[in-house]
Amino acid sequence: MAPTGQRRSSYSRRAQLSQFTGYIVAGVGALVGAVLLALSIWQPALFSGPREIASDAVSPATKTVAAGRTESKSLIDSVRGYFRAGSQNAALKREAEIARIRLKEADAVRQENLRLKGLLGLQDAENPPMAVARLVGSTAASTRRFAYIGVGRNQGVRVGMPVRSPRGVVGRILEVGADNSRVLMLTDNESVLPIRRTSDEVVAFAEGRGDGLLRIRLINLGVNPLKKGDVFVTSGAGGYYPPGIAVAIATEITDDGALGRLISDPAATDFVAVLPIFEPDAAIGAQTPIENELGE
Amino acid sequence: MERINPRSRSDTYGSRINRSHSTVLANAMPWISILLASFLPVFFIATALPLLPPTGFLLLIAWRLVRPGLLPVWAGFPLGLFDDLFSGQPFGSAIFLWSAALLAIEAIEMRLPWRTFVQDWFTAGIAVALYCLLGMAFSGAPPSLATLIALGPQIVLSILLFPLAARIVAALDRLRLRRWRTLG
Repeated sequence: MAPTGQRRSSYSRRAQLSQFTGYIVAGVGALVGAVLLALSIWQPALFSGPREIASDAVSPATKTVAAGRTESKSLIDSVRGYFRAGSQNAALKREAEIARIRLKEADAVRQENLRLKGLLGLQDAENPPMAVARLVGSTAASTRRFAYIGVGRNQGVRVGMPVRSPRGVVGRILEVGADNSRVLMLTDNESVLPIRRTSDEVVAFAEGRGDGLLRIRLINLGVNPLKKGDVFVTSGAGGYYPPGIAVAIATEITDDGALGRLISDPAATDFVAVLPIFEPDAAIGAQTPIENELGE
Repeated sequence: MERINPRSRSDTYGSRINRSHSTVLANAMPWISILLASFLPVFFIATALPLLPPTGFLLLIAWRLVRPGLLPVWAGFPLGLFDDLFSGQPFGSAIFLWSAALLAIEAIEMRLPWRTFVQDWFTAGIAVALYCLLGMAFSGAPPSLATLIALGPQIVLSILLFPLAARIVAALDRLRLRRWRTLG
């Protein structure tokens, strides 16, 4: 194909100069971009203002599309449900019966828990969620894993609040706009979450790997007690997340822990709840660097 | 009576009688389509790993390679700025990478003015692969082997989608120069 762009700028002085200026502007643009990039890697919250305004501006569109997406997905699911309906029905009936029994047992345990706590004089108020919202979208093309939800400062959402779906933890609020906020998902490289195994008190950290899996790192090193299929819940350490919310299932055992799969896959999530910070005092304490604490 | 050719008074962009190009559309089409494309990934499902190709960058490269001369060299700055608002990358990442990509393509075009589509595809493939890799490096997250492997499907998908992006650009280009009925 012959080149279609006008490469040669003729003898016109004006055309030559404007082309030259174009190159200069492009070079300066790239330099400015590099400087901005360095600044925002150094101070990630520096440019959150324009981002929030931009996400607020487009939130009507994203919310509508998210609603449509959820409905079309449930249609596909209901069509798929017709295949294997019979055998699945029988299996589900058996499962539901067992689950009903277990639920009654859990009721009894909860009752006993309440009684024991009453004896000890412990107060453990259930925190109702601040807001319930649709997961409107995510940064699907970037290495960073952020999601957007349709509630913001006007609904009482603040930075640091945990976000959960009916299945388990989704992430934590990172930036808040007026009607829209950005969630740091668990699979992001920068996300760290204190967890424990459901069956005992083995505590660990769940770190995002950036590829959809979690790296579960044990705090106490030694003989690795984890097994495939272990379920992990939040431990409540750090003060951000309330304890006992499902996080991950171990799928592969490594030297210092395991690789885990998310229980609450964001792709299968439509509605999420924003919870208040579990222990605000502890969360503030955890933010203070140890040097400052010693210096006081 | 012999019928005259019904297409004799029209060209590729429609009838020429009482119709003319829209100046606004002709100038704004590349810009608007790239802005919409960089905003597109937000609509998609909240995936646990990066899967979607960088649609904005893909369309920018396609406009630049399929219709050279429409986008100025400095277009990477304003378009990248908009992309940074929605991409989730640190602010400035797209400004830098898009400007650098346009400058690099300019240099390539200066040395290889005669190209076929396959060569353009090759250029675009290298550009998109580098863009994804550098995007990961600049994402502010500690780089690891796992993230690098997770990038694989995205890069392959982006390279395979370039011909589609080129066809979309070709269709948009026809729409850009379409003749509209003039009033009065």
